[in-house]
Amino acid sequence: MKGAALGIGFIPLVDAAPLVIAHELGFAREEGLRLDLKRAPSWSTLRDMLVLGQTEAAHMLAPIPIAMALGLGSMATKLDALMVLSMNGNVVGISNELAGKMRADGYGFDFDDAASAGRALIAAAGGRPRIAVPFPFSMHAELLYYWLAALGFSAPQAIDVRIIPPPLMADAMAAGEIDAFCVGAPWGSIVVDQGVGELLLPTAAIWKFAPEKVLAVRHDWAANEPDLTGRLMRAVWRAARWLGDPSNLTTAADILAREAYINVSSEIIERSLTGRMIISQQGDTRMGPSNMEFFAGAANFPWRSQAAWIGEQLASRAGLERETSMRKASDVFRPDLYRANLRNVGAELPGASQKLEGALSAPTAVASESGKLILRPDAFFDGRIFDPDFAE
Amino acid sequence: MQVRGVAARLGPLSTGLCCESAGLNPPVGDPRGAPRPPENLSPMPKNISIVVVEKDRERAHLIVDSLREAGDYDIHVVAEESGLARRISERNPDVVLVDVASPSRDMLEELTLASSPMERPVAIFVDRSEDGLTKAAIEAGVSAYVVDGLRADRIKPIMDAAIARFHMFQRMRLELETTKLALEERKVIDRAKGILMKARGIGEDDAYALLRKTAMDQGRKVAEVASALVTAAGLLS
Repeated sequence: MKGAALGIGFIPLVDAAPLVIAHELGFAREEGLRLDLKRAPSWSTLRDMLVLGQTEAAHMLAPIPIAMALGLGSMATKLDALMVLSMNGNVVGISNELAGKMRADGYGFDFDDAASAGRALIAAAGGRPRIAVPFPFSMHAELLYYWLAALGFSAPQAIDVRIIPPPLMADAMAAGEIDAFCVGAPWGSIVVDQGVGELLLPTAAIWKFAPEKVLAVRHDWAANEPDLTGRLMRAVWRAARWLGDPSNLTTAADILAREAYINVSSEIIERSLTGRMIISQQGDTRMGPSNMEFFAGAANFPWRSQAAWIGEQLASRAGLERETSMRKASDVFRPDLYRANLRNVGAELPGASQKLEGALSAPTAVASESGKLILRPDAFFDGRIFDPDFAE
Repeated sequence: MQVRGVAARLGPLSTGLCCESAGLNPPVGDPRGAPRPPENLSPMPKNISIVVVEKDRERAHLIVDSLREAGDYDIHVVAEESGLARRISERNPDVVLVDVASPSRDMLEELTLASSPMERPVAIFVDRSEDGLTKAAIEAGVSAYVVDGLRADRIKPIMDAAIARFHMFQRMRLELETTKLALEERKVIDRAKGILMKARGIGEDDAYALLRKTAMDQGRKVAEVASALVTAAGLLS
């Protein structure tokens, strides 16, 4: 069967899984779509491919379309985030030298407590640590700055921030160019396997349920192609639901490992899918507090409050007016399209489109159309609660 | 499918520096700075400086050769990926050529954060032979773009477009500065007229005529005479 062809940009990361699975397991075909998955060499190239119409949709760092809406960075085209593709999944890693120092200082590497990990890191790093993130507009950067700043470390001012593409992180560490990094899977595990660094903390320990990647399209495309938009969303949502079943993760790892996608061993990919991480060369294994999530807890619902949080962080650093920025940011996320296109396939639809971020320390049942929605704990490590209505 | 190509980045990488080195930037904020005559609005600038980011020596040579064929540029090749943004901002080039297939392109994104919207590099893909797209993108304010392959015949149109864009930026900046200067001059002339009208009990037209006559007698500009008068009046009051 021939379907409508859609070009989809992705970066070789484990959290591109919903798009890869939608293509490989036929969820796209069921909707009469043919996904042409285009692996992009960099985030800027991925973004430009989408903006200039070489692709119809992309696997995108949640802050990229928001930064664009705020006029930051080099492209200003209006993008929409149709849905969240994944929550969490990044790791903070450190050089062997720093790890040695921290171990000598008595730090226990629990891969869980962000406050103690951060204090140990700050104490051992001293001066102006060189820390890499993959892109200036990324959850990696936001969570890293939030974490260190909450511990009284002046971030990002006191950090020598380096932009290093994920696949080059291990090389940069091996070359002694950086002291620490925050990167998406599987590239943190690659650093460990090459013996050039150790893992310190999953970013989920900083914010338990942080939006990570979104399905981004051009705003105009979504407006002009409501039918294709709906079909694409349904295909990706069904793929995400499939990924939400833990018994499918081994298969998912095998598919993602293929040369056309991530091209690293499926064993390494499976670590981040299951959250069972090997954090050092000695093979120390830790189960993260919560790992990459594709489906549970309405993970795919694009909460306007998530976008507002990102917008507020970006605005405060760029010196932009906060309230306007938060409003512009929350307009990028499209819960309206999510509701319209996924209601009939059985997606859990929360009663509201924004919520307090960081208020849940335990799984909590909330009002939804089906009455069966249980939200995941979403606390920030420092207990702060983000209220998009009351933020000044 | 692998998209290969180059991205050109136009406009100065840090505000101001580029135009100073091009000798086109009249001092801003100094009301006595001589305004540039209009014919300076479209001068030939110094050679456009280009940084080529390319690890592979052979390909770097190929690109440099193509650029030399396309025009007279100051070309510098950066082969090291580490500290790329710093290396480039040190050079402060007008254009950066980088293979879009290279992941190191994201490192350059840092450079855009410091620049103003007009100088912001924007990238476009011109896959295969969609030349119309290049043109449309440039007209839309896109200042960097990507073409399929690094063939010499593709370098020339990129550089043509890059240069057109570069001149446009320069012209816009000059126009803006000239306008600003004209406004400042008018303000200072108005103030000088006011001082004369009060001190000598004359009308506005007579005050201006007096300023003009003094300027002509001394071979200076009205604005200069006015500025001197305002300064002197400030000292005396």
